[in-house]
Amino acid sequence: MNQNKTTSREPLFHVVKRPERSGRQMLLFRLGAVALSILAGGLFILAIGYNPIEIYGTILNGAFRSKIAVQSTIKITIPLCISALGATLAFKMKFWNIGGEGQIIMGGVFATYFALFHDDWPHLPLMIVCFLAGLIGGGLWGLIPALFKVKWNTNETLLTLMLNYIALYIISWLQNGPWRDPTANGFPKIAAFAKNAVLGKVLGVQAGWIVMLVLTVLVWVYLKFTKQGYEVAVVGESQDTARYAGIHVKKVILRTMFLSGAIGGVCGMLQACGTDATLSTGIAGGVGFTAIIVAWLCQLNPGMILVVSFLFGVLEKGSGVVQSSYGLSTDCAAVLQGIILFFILASEFFVRYAFAGRSSAKGGKKA
Amino acid sequence: MSLFLKFLVAAVAAGTPLLFGTVGEILNEKVGHLNLGVEGMMALGACAGFMTAYLTDSLALALLASFAAGVLASLIYAVLTVTFLANQNVAGLTLTIFGTGLSNFIGVYMISRSAEGTLKLPAKVTAALAAVHIPGLSDAPVVGELLFSYNVFVYLGVAVALAAGWYLYGTKTGLNVQAIGENPGAADAASIPVNKFKYINLLLGGGICGIGGAYCSMIINGGVWLSDSVGGLGWIAVALVIFAAWKPQLAILGSFVFGGLRVLKYYVPTGAVPIAFFDMLPFLMTALVLIVTSMRGSKGSHIPASLGVNYFREDR
Repeated sequence: MNQNKTTSREPLFHVVKRPERSGRQMLLFRLGAVALSILAGGLFILAIGYNPIEIYGTILNGAFRSKIAVQSTIKITIPLCISALGATLAFKMKFWNIGGEGQIIMGGVFATYFALFHDDWPHLPLMIVCFLAGLIGGGLWGLIPALFKVKWNTNETLLTLMLNYIALYIISWLQNGPWRDPTANGFPKIAAFAKNAVLGKVLGVQAGWIVMLVLTVLVWVYLKFTKQGYEVAVVGESQDTARYAGIHVKKVILRTMFLSGAIGGVCGMLQACGTDATLSTGIAGGVGFTAIIVAWLCQLNPGMILVVSFLFGVLEKGSGVVQSSYGLSTDCAAVLQGIILFFILASEFFVRYAFAGRSSAKGGKKA
Repeated sequence: MSLFLKFLVAAVAAGTPLLFGTVGEILNEKVGHLNLGVEGMMALGACAGFMTAYLTDSLALALLASFAAGVLASLIYAVLTVTFLANQNVAGLTLTIFGTGLSNFIGVYMISRSAEGTLKLPAKVTAALAAVHIPGLSDAPVVGELLFSYNVFVYLGVAVALAAGWYLYGTKTGLNVQAIGENPGAADAASIPVNKFKYINLLLGGGICGIGGAYCSMIINGGVWLSDSVGGLGWIAVALVIFAAWKPQLAILGSFVFGGLRVLKYYVPTGAVPIAFFDMLPFLMTALVLIVTSMRGSKGSHIPASLGVNYFREDR
């Protein structure tokens, strides 16, 4: 690195890699980033003329003030957490599946078929069939970009994105055409499910929360302790290494994307049969995108995903209360989520890299 | 014939916000940054443009504000991905969520402070946004309607696209910029200031997306503020970049074609094909383009080789 002798335009500082920080330091960094983002959010609230402590207080209070409030906070947490778990599988493989929305939708569509047209079946078998249908629907929708990826190396980020919208308009076609509720005059929509086809409640919240907890453990075990999970990690780190180690890379990609999509599909089934008791174009409503943020924020750690999804649930439920008591929009939650992630993303840099001044650059020492 | 003419004119109008978004994203992707924040940058531009017009009565200031908002939004993205080497997909998505959220938030806030309970553009701005009338030319049959019957955004969009095309493909600087997108390490070795051009392109692209957003909030809803005025157009723009093969000139054609796909449903006999299919068409087409170009391999694809990969000098 001596070419700088002729040009005296060496920058004031440059970026170097630094030794890995300890787990405790990393945690401190993240907490610091969250604290800064809360501060930044507070400044924003201050700027529009409100008291940040009051607003933050309202958010917390709003999410926990009553049993019903806590229940609806958990209801928001369920799709976010499950969808983030799905994204985690793909991201671990460095497969940029941003098609969570589409996979949720297709899971919902497949499950809805049985909920609408076979609601005369006994409740439990019907729910199991809906669950499996959702799983398969989401899985197949996740499999499509994987197939094109392994066959022609088609860019998965963009293809999964397009599949989100294609799925969305499939619902819009269904509710305008074949599945349109004939009894609803005027407004095109799909009929509400019969009571028999609606997922029951456990402790006042739709049973999906049990699925959420089970899936969190399953994904954790799968990634940490199984051979398949290990293969996912190796393919994610380096496909060449994986191939050299005798891992069937294409098979791993296809299998993992089916699973990733299937988890999204389960999320869709739970939304349709549990929360909404119908199928509408709002079934995913941006959850698939927020889930990506959650997954990344938690460094693909299932346990953390559960915690952070709940915190995001608090933020969203609380923002609803802020809306009703201060007339501020619920979009407040999205703004705060964005700010938090901006700070976390920036903080990750300082975990892995450092700025080195001009003097230390001369030695060209390696960190 | 006149129905077909009307369709073409509507296609151009519907395609214009896409044109801004696409050209902005091309500038981003040409330096290797797949910015998924287009939707968010457009939303912030939409908000800044509309509110400025609402408060100041000036279209010029509104355009400037929407450009500035886009630049500021992409500055967040640029600092995170260029300097802090954060994951591009995540940074972009966050920008989209943040941008649409903030835009809607400010909209609701402004409505709550307005006397009428709605926000409507002042008459002066609405007048300035009416179709440009060029004496003689605009009155010519067919050609007048087809080429000289649009609002100022349409001409600005085409001009921006042509300028961006000239910048990328017609200048030496553009050649350097393209080298960054293909192989930043090699560009760096050739003493091209990689990060400087990354910043320039990202910010410029963001500003252009911002203007596209202003079109959405000021024109699409007839001068009344509505939440989510961008409504997914930013994502179509990301898709259109592929369709346009990363060429701003082709983006003009591409966005008008996609604009046509968006309004096609109003011009075909109803009942034959479900409406939802027409709404799906732009995305379906893009998916097909994506797949077909990837089938042709690296030969047929114009995708910048380093797209989505951050550049860290020591990893060279």
